[in-house]
Amino acid sequence: MTIEMHNISLRVGAETHIYTTDLSLEAGQFNILLGTTLSGKTTLMRLMAGLEKPTTGELRVNGENVTGIPVQKRSVAMVYQAFINYPSFTVYDNIASPLKVAGLPRNEIDEKVRRFADLLKLTPMLDRLPSELSGGQQQRTALARALVKGAELVLLDEPLANLDYKLREELRDELPRMFADTGATVVYATSEPLEALMLGGYTATLNEGRVVQFGQTSTIYRQPRNLESARVFSDPPVNIATIEKRGNTAYLNDTVSWKVPSKLAGMPDGKYKIGLRPHHLSPEFGGVKVNGQVQIAEISGSESIIRVNIEGNNWVSEAHGVHSFGFGQSAAFFFDAERCFYFDANEKLIDSGV
Amino acid sequence: MNKKWILPTLYILFLMLPIYGLLTMSFKTTNEILGGFSFFPQQFTLANYTKIFTDPTWYNGYINSLIYVVINTVISVSVALPAAYAFSRYRFLGDKHLFFWLLTNRMAPPAVFALPFFQLYSAIELFDTHFAVALAHCLFNIPLAVWILEGFMSGIPKELDETAYLDGYSFWRFFLRIFVPTIAAGIGVAAFFCFMYSWVELLLAKTLTSVDAKPIAATMTRTASTSGYELGLLAAAGSLTIIPGAIVIYFVRNYIAKGFALGRV
Repeated sequence: MTIEMHNISLRVGAETHIYTTDLSLEAGQFNILLGTTLSGKTTLMRLMAGLEKPTTGELRVNGENVTGIPVQKRSVAMVYQAFINYPSFTVYDNIASPLKVAGLPRNEIDEKVRRFADLLKLTPMLDRLPSELSGGQQQRTALARALVKGAELVLLDEPLANLDYKLREELRDELPRMFADTGATVVYATSEPLEALMLGGYTATLNEGRVVQFGQTSTIYRQPRNLESARVFSDPPVNIATIEKRGNTAYLNDTVSWKVPSKLAGMPDGKYKIGLRPHHLSPEFGGVKVNGQVQIAEISGSESIIRVNIEGNNWVSEAHGVHSFGFGQSAAFFFDAERCFYFDANEKLIDSGV
Repeated sequence: MNKKWILPTLYILFLMLPIYGLLTMSFKTTNEILGGFSFFPQQFTLANYTKIFTDPTWYNGYINSLIYVVINTVISVSVALPAAYAFSRYRFLGDKHLFFWLLTNRMAPPAVFALPFFQLYSAIELFDTHFAVALAHCLFNIPLAVWILEGFMSGIPKELDETAYLDGYSFWRFFLRIFVPTIAAGIGVAAFFCFMYSWVELLLAKTLTSVDAKPIAATMTRTASTSGYELGLLAAAGSLTIIPGAIVIYFVRNYIAKGFALGRV
């Protein structure tokens, strides 16, 4: 089903949790809410589910206003970050619970429960209580309960955040496929940009209770509308610097300069901002050269994360291979000016590079 | 060598000493008790217990006590459940003050209430009924049960409630089918504390009853009467009063510590 949020906002006391938001989700799509903690992902989901009543605006499902309709009467399922199951029910009864409440015949319930238990590899655990399961199995039980209901809107609030690495990868692969078969509109909240990229679909970047940008995940990643959106969709954080544009040349300072891309060339001279993703800044030769003092270099397997001070800006380089630097060591770093995002004084995107 | 067990053993022995004294006394005749101290009964007798189980003035004491204790426990827990749920799940004007005020009810000594209660219950003709004592004990037990249950309930994430609503449960169906079984341990602990308080409370129980609902504790105060001190009988009665508490504590033994911390561990 299509979900439309019209001028939705949420204030609790004097605090604004969600600023006026307009967002419409297409039926059957996989949507991602991307933002840091406290950016409002969970609150936005709770508004969609009807667990929270908006201060202003209305929520339309398939064009119909559903604001104020109790959650029991909506076709919604939700999976939380903390594994939520009914502790006194067995896995079987947990999965069967929404169907029993809906009053389905016993044999139909049994058939569905077994089908989804099989899909989520829970068949051997059907008689166990949630407390006797591992974290991954508990979360799969919660997912099975959300799936079995056949809800038209499925909300997944960081469902994989509390799982270990292996399980997370496994489930991350399976999740979009599982829900694609049901035709449900899925909303998936995550704080990890990488996870959003892997899941694909559509992404809404959130920051401090505002939807910054909404669109196809790959588009948002490649063409963030503004600096805020680029910041949200980058981990490690995107590198930012102020440049001075004069004619066809961009000056980071007196010694570092490069030729600006065509779109920026047509803009008036003055101060602009650049954003550079950490994996486009490298200690290996190629492109514009900048000098910096290394603060700290962390090596994680085949990747090095180097925090470096470049002309007064704290930048991060995410480079392939092992690069060792001592504290305060001066080093040359390189980046491709074509791969920079260029923002105007209002931090709006002018050019996204290649 | 590991000598860790010595201290706890000594401690437990020390604690059990008075109970052992009570138990041996209950198998002695009053004359033997008054005659001198001994670790074992010289003339072993079951006469004290026989007397209690055959004399209605004695065994009715137990029955009366059990009746009002059970009534009180049922009322306290069933009233405290929705109250504790409200305190743990909703924010409302003055909620914290109201919650604390509940506990202050336990700060007043029962003696303060004895006289007004006596007058009130006499006026509405509840005097000397099991219900009177059960209601009077609610004054102390409901706040206690609310505090204990609120602690246990706050340990259950609110998301459980929401998941149930999303699954289509109505509030009451969720509350009775899912929530109550989830905090069963808390209910057990709350019931235990209500039971124990009501079982040992003497002042109100004695003031509000005369014959028909006379509690065992009141019956026991009567032994120093016509035939002098009946210490053997008193010891037997005392031994028997330990049993109900021991039975109840067995069921909630794993959660008692959490109960003493009012569910906040």
